[in-house]
Amino acid sequence: MIKRALWLFNKDLVSELRTRYAINALAMFIIVTISVILFAIGQEKISHALAAGLLWVVIFFSAMSGLSRAFVSEEERGTNLLLQLVASPTVVLTGKLFYNLILVFTMNMVILVLYSALFDAFALKNVFLFLASFVLGNTGLAFASTIIASIIAKANSKGTLYPVLSFPILLPLLLMLVEITKKCSDGVAFGEIAPEFFALVSYNVIMATASYMLFDFIWKE
Amino acid sequence: MIKLELKELTKIFERRVIFRNISLIKDAPGLFGVAGPNGSGKSTLVKVITGLLSPTSGSVAFSAGGREFSPGEAINHFGFASPYLVLYDEFSARENIEFSMKIRGLQFDEAYVDELLQHFSLLKRKNDPVRAYSSGMKQRLKVISAFAHKPELVILDEPTANLDSEGKARVYELAKIAAAEKLVIFATNEEDELAMCNEVLNINDYKLNNNTGKGAKV
Ligand SMILES: Nc1ncnc2c1ncn2[C@@H]1O[C@H](COP(=O)(O)OP(=O)(O)OP(=O)(O)O)[C@@H](O)[C@H]1O
Ligand SMILES: [Mg+2]
Repeated sequence: MIKRALWLFNKDLVSELRTRYAINALAMFIIVTISVILFAIGQEKISHALAAGLLWVVIFFSAMSGLSRAFVSEEERGTNLLLQLVASPTVVLTGKLFYNLILVFTMNMVILVLYSALFDAFALKNVFLFLASFVLGNTGLAFASTIIASIIAKANSKGTLYPVLSFPILLPLLLMLVEITKKCSDGVAFGEIAPEFFALVSYNVIMATASYMLFDFIWKE
Repeated sequence: MIKLELKELTKIFERRVIFRNISLIKDAPGLFGVAGPNGSGKSTLVKVITGLLSPTSGSVAFSAGGREFSPGEAINHFGFASPYLVLYDEFSARENIEFSMKIRGLQFDEAYVDELLQHFSLLKRKNDPVRAYSSGMKQRLKVISAFAHKPELVILDEPTANLDSEGKARVYELAKIAAAEKLVIFATNEEDELAMCNEVLNINDYKLNNNTGKGAKV
């Protein structure tokens, strides 16, 4: 099963490298949002808390612009019927999940590196704790956006629906991540972020379970 | 030998009856035709058979040697070509077929695929992206992908759409050879294709409210 899913992942990756559809949109988005924030702040001194919040704003909107491609591109081109024919729903979901995971990680690493280099106010005292939460945040983002993408691919107004549907689903995730990032830049012990951290773990578990349970119904008409 | 069984298969879109109570058993080998005018439901029937659409009621079962295949298993036992299936534009013929084999969990038998490509005069173009193919070339490639994994049941919806006379002859040749030991289904309204079939089902015989399947030419 994993092997088949990896073939789908491989197909999507090669396809993306050839068409550069999501990569270009994502790169532009990251550069534009970060520059706009830089200009807006100017010489102003911003707090750790604000810097932490803004990081996730950049990540949220970049995710919006790139992650829906997984299913929307199949649906738009009409190739989803072929996928339905040759693969089971579990294989399709797993393959698309792998792909979005890689995309989220790459995108967020780039954002994180750029962000840390450009914003002095963004200084982490608990780097290790932050990175652990960052990884969980990425997986949560990938789980949520994959299943949302599969839902909106079936709808008629794809463009507008994605942010609308993502917002309530991603909001708890983002709130937890902003909170953790703030605390990590203040430098706290694990005990203090433990509630958010475990909430993050449960978010991942819930999203993964819900995705696999729902996907059969979403994928087959 | 594969066996296809339809049990009281009914499909209703909104309130339009596409077909009602189709019950039949088809054993390999043979060439079976599905006929009917435009918009009668030929494509809908084959989509229901291949699992791309769910029936309103009734069921489809595939079995071999008395053992029924699960839906997940069945997908590797049939091949399907249809105007509704779209190939990946940015991939070559070879890559498209390799992908559909690998995602099915099957080995990619390149020598056999090359034979099929040769049969349809596409071998020289097998590494070109499908984007650069003409509509007839795409149709040839679709027929090839329906046969590539050597399925026991091959379903061709509009088998010769967009094909020139040579292309048509190639499809018929392949279908006849396959029909000698496997089950091949044509959904078409071309007279000469229906004439090739051992049996023909006319969708229009299955439109009545309480049809019992009688009056059908099966
Ligand atoms: N998704 C759908 N929703 C509602 N009606 C549909 C849908 N798909 C097909 N139909 C209707 O079902 C009927 C049968 O369509 P189908 O494509 O199966 O015909 P066909 O026999 O293959 O025709 P053709 O010879 O033109 O290929 C048509 O009246 C069509 O309008
Ligand atoms: Mg049709």
